[in-house]
Amino acid sequence: MKFLKDAGHLFRFAGLFVLAFLIFLVVRGYVVPKTFGEYGHYRGATIVEIAARPVKYAGHQVCENCHTDVVAAKNLGQHAHVNCEACHGPLANHANDPASVTPALPDTAVLCARCHTASAAKPKNFSQVDPADHSGGVPCQTCHNPHNPTPGADPATGAMPPAATAGTHAAPDPKTAGGAK
Amino acid sequence: MSLSRRHFLILLPAAAVAWESVLAGTPESSPNYRMSDHWWGMLIDIPKCIGCGNCVRACQAENDVPDGHFRTWVERYHVDDWNMTNPEVISPDGGKEGFPSVNDDPNGKYFFVPKLCNHCADSPCTQVCPVGATFISPDGVVLIDQTYCLGCAYCVQACPYGCRYIHPQKHVADKCTLCYHRITRGLTTACAENCPTGARQLIDLKNPNDPIHAFLKTHSVQVLKPQMATGAKVYYNDLDGAVR
Repeated sequence: MKFLKDAGHLFRFAGLFVLAFLIFLVVRGYVVPKTFGEYGHYRGATIVEIAARPVKYAGHQVCENCHTDVVAAKNLGQHAHVNCEACHGPLANHANDPASVTPALPDTAVLCARCHTASAAKPKNFSQVDPADHSGGVPCQTCHNPHNPTPGADPATGAMPPAATAGTHAAPDPKTAGGAK
Repeated sequence: MSLSRRHFLILLPAAAVAWESVLAGTPESSPNYRMSDHWWGMLIDIPKCIGCGNCVRACQAENDVPDGHFRTWVERYHVDDWNMTNPEVISPDGGKEGFPSVNDDPNGKYFFVPKLCNHCADSPCTQVCPVGATFISPDGVVLIDQTYCLGCAYCVQACPYGCRYIHPQKHVADKCTLCYHRITRGLTTACAENCPTGARQLIDLKNPNDPIHAFLKTHSVQVLKPQMATGAKVYYNDLDGAVR
């Protein structure tokens, strides 16, 4: 053991080093979140937290569970593929508590125009009108039932009036209607 | 420990299966959801988009997106016949309230391009995060741990698509989660749910029954900035070459 005689300072230094390493391990254990590294270089629990956020739009399947009559009427018309909440807004709260949370009736003047105002940027086969020219200020729902917008379509059966089958839009009166582009 | 080559090879498949189940994970809020069964993306059918802004409003309502910031937005392109490489692009308030009408212009064409996080498989934004706050989940969604984010905005600069922003109240990075809280519950995203023309569709590339596979066989589908090799998973059908 002769060679260790003067090595005390080395052991003290090594001891300090080991102690510092242990402190590092303890601090690291506290500071690094438990799920860090579960799937990769991030906190795995984040995925669970994000997945647990509340839903605002219930989804059309939920609407269809109760409003079967409206959905059946809608499925007969041009708006069959427009989901309920696309016009009526986020209604998960209404689905959870139908009695106390009731949806507001959408303003058709704003709602219809958003999609159907004529613009060269829209697809050519999409029904478009110049709202002022088309109705002259008459509310859209005077002629069009939003759930089955073809004028004169039977809301119960979806049967089209003879004129409507001729074109993409109801046969327009040339004086009042802008017509479909 | 003596592990013979023979035993090692026997154990290897079992270990692989075990590791797969570790990777799979199961979020508590959706007990039947296995992350390893999905690889999410989105299909955007440009010819169907009418620029109504329903997606932008739905996203804001679903995810409490602050005014003036967007997780998704719609751009309107005008590509002039005489200036194909310099399209005129507008997006008033992200297209939230629609777009001003245009009359038929003899010069060039107009069309809408909805944009959102591309949920890149090789995402530049997650690579630059210095603290491991943003990542690609095992089911292919780029997410942010907002309790871990420093708000350094390095990722905001790194995203080639401009899909990230610093939340004005939380002071951390924020972006599209592909409505992760909805898709793990079996719903579609808020933007796709509210798209009246079906121009946006949530796609699951790992689901063999997803209609996207048949669609991809018969359509010319493109991603944005393919030259950057980001592995973008937002597929655009009929995308004009002028789109940036």
